[in-house]
Amino acid sequence: MSDLGPSGLPVPPPNPNLETQRFWDATAEGRLELPRCDNCGHVVWYPRQRCDQCGSTSVTWFEASGRGTVYSCTVTRRIPGSWRAAAPFVLAYVELDEGPRVVTNIVGCDPETVHIGQSVQAVFDPTPDGPALLRFTLA
Amino acid sequence: MTIRGKALIAGVYEHPGRELPDRTLPQIHAEVAAGALADAGLTLADVDAYYSAGDAPGFGALSMVEYLGLDCSYIDDTETGGSAYLVHVQHAAAAIAAGQVNVALITLAGKPRTGGAGPGGSARFSSAPEASFENQFGMSVPGGYALAAARHMHEFGTTSEQLAEVKVAASTHAQHNPDAFLRDVVTVDEVVSSPVISDPLHRLDCCVITDGGGALVLVSEAVAASLDRHCAPVLGTGTSIKHTSGGRIDLTHTGATRSGPLAFAEAGVTPADIDYVSIYDSFTITVLMTLEDLGFCAKGDGGRFVSDGALQSPGGALPFNTDGGGLCNNHPANRGGMTKVVEAVRQLRGEAHAAVQVPDCELALAHGTGGSLATRMGSATLILGRST
Repeated sequence: MSDLGPSGLPVPPPNPNLETQRFWDATAEGRLELPRCDNCGHVVWYPRQRCDQCGSTSVTWFEASGRGTVYSCTVTRRIPGSWRAAAPFVLAYVELDEGPRVVTNIVGCDPETVHIGQSVQAVFDPTPDGPALLRFTLA
Repeated sequence: MTIRGKALIAGVYEHPGRELPDRTLPQIHAEVAAGALADAGLTLADVDAYYSAGDAPGFGALSMVEYLGLDCSYIDDTETGGSAYLVHVQHAAAAIAAGQVNVALITLAGKPRTGGAGPGGSARFSSAPEASFENQFGMSVPGGYALAAARHMHEFGTTSEQLAEVKVAASTHAQHNPDAFLRDVVTVDEVVSSPVISDPLHRLDCCVITDGGGALVLVSEAVAASLDRHCAPVLGTGTSIKHTSGGRIDLTHTGATRSGPLAFAEAGVTPADIDYVSIYDSFTITVLMTLEDLGFCAKGDGGRFVSDGALQSPGGALPFNTDGGGLCNNHPANRGGMTKVVEAVRQLRGEAHAAVQVPDCELALAHGTGGSLATRMGSATLILGRST
């Protein structure tokens, strides 16, 4: 069983690499940084050192708002393994105001009250290694 | 160049076992290989091309060619999860059409029920570039598909009762299959009152977890002419990879929006011409969205389309998965594409169970979905004909 973060959910540590270290370093400081393509302006998700839309390898990181909207969500009630004790919990796609739709959890609320279309705000759930997981609360 | 009609499926085999604790994975591969070759009237010595996917142990095709004792000049390890075996059919048909292959063998085997591997299997590659951005949030396989179902309901008004109709049709067929893992006919009420796994998906919206496997044998026209067996010509094929598009995923459609039109165009037919469909049914929502994307109904109308027994055989508007599908019959290795092709060939040969055989079945479609509706998937569509 993974340790639990302040959200009460498991916080399995990510595996930062040369392309994503900046993203994870920012989360450790409670900030959401995203790469934006210098050529076409596309905000790339998941983070990488290239633009999947135009092929440019030139991207500039910027601090995103942390605001978003629930694009889809589900209350997971039965799940095997290390997440079993965390159920019921909300698995979701959140559409960031900057464009990308990200896999995440909605935390800090009754799971039954989460719905598509709700406004949400980023929270950072620290892992034992330092980087934090990008989760959201109802705004 | 078209592959239309240049390659034929001469042999199919579905392992009858659903729990196989006393066999190794290579043994199951060997059993299904022998079964499909015997069905075609061929032997291991006739095989010159071998195809395997991520379920093959060790070095994949390289290991299995040796274990099986094959002498191959052509191998293919294309891995797209549960749809891989349909992609293999496309690749084998192309190789046969090009004159590079005469007899192609495709095998699948797995033991998720008794072998300890959980659902999803090798799909959770920790080294994938997306891994740390998707795997940290408790996305089970049903949880991912639930995200797609929830969005489809939100945009189109699809209901749990409509999803349940897919399971009801599959169970109606499975009662006639003595090998089916679940043979009890269920009602819409029973589906929607079964425990919720991830909203809106209930336990009975989910496929079974079974050991087992299957195999296919494809041959050239010249080989087919020498066989005393009805062979199903491959008329059209299509593959597509649908992914998250740099974070702009649309959860309401599948890769079938591209693989389907490719296959229909190659075959020169339309959805209205199809007599029977095998549709990958990892979950009920998979079927509903795939039917829309293949053009059997308008986008968003899948819920209405599958209602009132439309998928039941015989008599429904579009008979599907007459073996009971992954929802009731079999989902060996957590990969349902192989059995989709097997049942389509049974229908074209008139060898489905008499209670579910589509009369005069001349044109069948088989569709596979590998990966996840929630992230990235390999979609493959085949259109098969009846031998003359």
